[in-house]
Amino acid sequence: MMFRRHSDLPLAGDATSRFLPWLVALMVFLASMAVAGAFVISGIIDRWDHDVSGTLTVQVLPAGGDQAEAATEDRVRLAVDVMRKVPGVVAVKAFDKKRTLALLEPWLGGTEVVQDLPLPRLIDVAVDPTARVDLAEVAERLAQAVPGASLDDHRVWLSRLINLSRTLQWLAVMVVALIGAVTAATVVYGTRTGMAVHHGIVEVLHLIGAHDDYIARQFADRAFALGISGGLMGLCMTLPALTAIGWASKRLEGGFLPSLSLPIMGYVTIGLLPLLAGGLAMLTARLTVHGTLSRMP
Amino acid sequence: MRHRPRGENIIRFDSVGLRYGLGPEVLQDISFALPSGSFHFLTGPSGAGKSSLLRLMYLGLRPTRGRVVLFDRDIASTKRYELPALRRRIGVVFQDFRLLDHLTALDNVALPLRVRGVKESEIRKHVPELLSWVGLADQLGARPSTLSGGQKQRVAIARAVIGRPDLLLADEPTGNVDDHIAMRLMYLFEELNKLGTTIVVATHNELLVQRFAHLPRLHLEHGTITRVRDQGPPPEPAP
Repeated sequence: MMFRRHSDLPLAGDATSRFLPWLVALMVFLASMAVAGAFVISGIIDRWDHDVSGTLTVQVLPAGGDQAEAATEDRVRLAVDVMRKVPGVVAVKAFDKKRTLALLEPWLGGTEVVQDLPLPRLIDVAVDPTARVDLAEVAERLAQAVPGASLDDHRVWLSRLINLSRTLQWLAVMVVALIGAVTAATVVYGTRTGMAVHHGIVEVLHLIGAHDDYIARQFADRAFALGISGGLMGLCMTLPALTAIGWASKRLEGGFLPSLSLPIMGYVTIGLLPLLAGGLAMLTARLTVHGTLSRMP
Repeated sequence: MRHRPRGENIIRFDSVGLRYGLGPEVLQDISFALPSGSFHFLTGPSGAGKSSLLRLMYLGLRPTRGRVVLFDRDIASTKRYELPALRRRIGVVFQDFRLLDHLTALDNVALPLRVRGVKESEIRKHVPELLSWVGLADQLGARPSTLSGGQKQRVAIARAVIGRPDLLLADEPTGNVDDHIAMRLMYLFEELNKLGTTIVVATHNELLVQRFAHLPRLHLEHGTITRVRDQGPPPEPAP
């Protein structure tokens, strides 16, 4: 029909319309990977934190001599008694040799040679998380009461690991921010190019009394459509990649790596990325047009 | 259209100067006032500054010095967001038409209404009517690339008048048409003028000016207004 609603600006044929969706697709793919990484790391930190908070480990070195086995058992019993008397300790559980060997099996195997090794014995101690336990005093008391016993509260190595993980998490966030900035810069460039190409039309609209926002809205709507379509393309690239990574991680046996599964919030966030890309493109285009038009009389 | 009482100044220039960048002044000490409902020619040789003066009048440029008062608003102190409302009271026929090639004649003419947010039903009613009035009833769906020079010019004029402007500025509107169509366009402008629109037609066509010798003229030479001629005798009746 003659009265079909046309856009005043023929933006569909611009070069931007061809390259921007692909660029946004790539950016959304990379951002999705970074977001997935951040969520996985966050999950790992939470799990580690949860697993070891409120726990202590007592390590008892094996005794020497003819009655080594019995002497070691005596040391373990003594250490258990000492720890049970510590205020705030809610459970103390000694691992027998069989259990200790089972823990080492993934690394050292289950051969008889390993069974003959003088292995230290471990005692798992659960502490009320709200209790204030003077760990230095407990460690000293334990060392005096039980020869070869030492206390490990996991905090040192765990805090280093958590620090590393948090650094990686921030790195992922910065990567996403950087991707957003690159996308915005591309939209600025594309919009300015579009305004230059269609300068004559923009000027006519301006001179017949169009408000800046009337013109900006046309660029913004186009940028939103391109951003959304590019974002959806990026999402289509992301989902198989995440599935492949999840599948590959599940195939790893023996617990060398923590689980790489992505929580629901991770999927929701990644699912929102195309919308965010569209919104970012729309806002950037709008601001760019306003900025350019403000220099017109 | 908010026509003002005839006689009040619709536009006034006081000692206006204009230069592009760091170049020389293309307009110097321009001072004049156009009463509401008047019809003026803006004459002068090519390069005299007619188009620049028109651009200042339709707010396509800001003067580098002097004062421009349009519809009682001093442009220098008018906020930028208030300017579109003033521009909507001005119709412009550009020398090169400046039609949007990807739009039909109908959509080109509808443009000033669309930027004002006029309902499509109103546009459907008024735009074909106006295009019929300028003799383009059978070209509603034609794109500018398929129209002749004269047809484009009529589309450009229709676009300029569709919003029933208070001030109509036409830059060489008869430059691309034969004498017959030129006269028809001039009579069209006269009709609009009778309805209250203030009109300024820039031209270097002396023949045309002589045919409408009753109209006053602003004459530009070397960037300065050299003559503001008073209204002459009434025109001969239209053929």
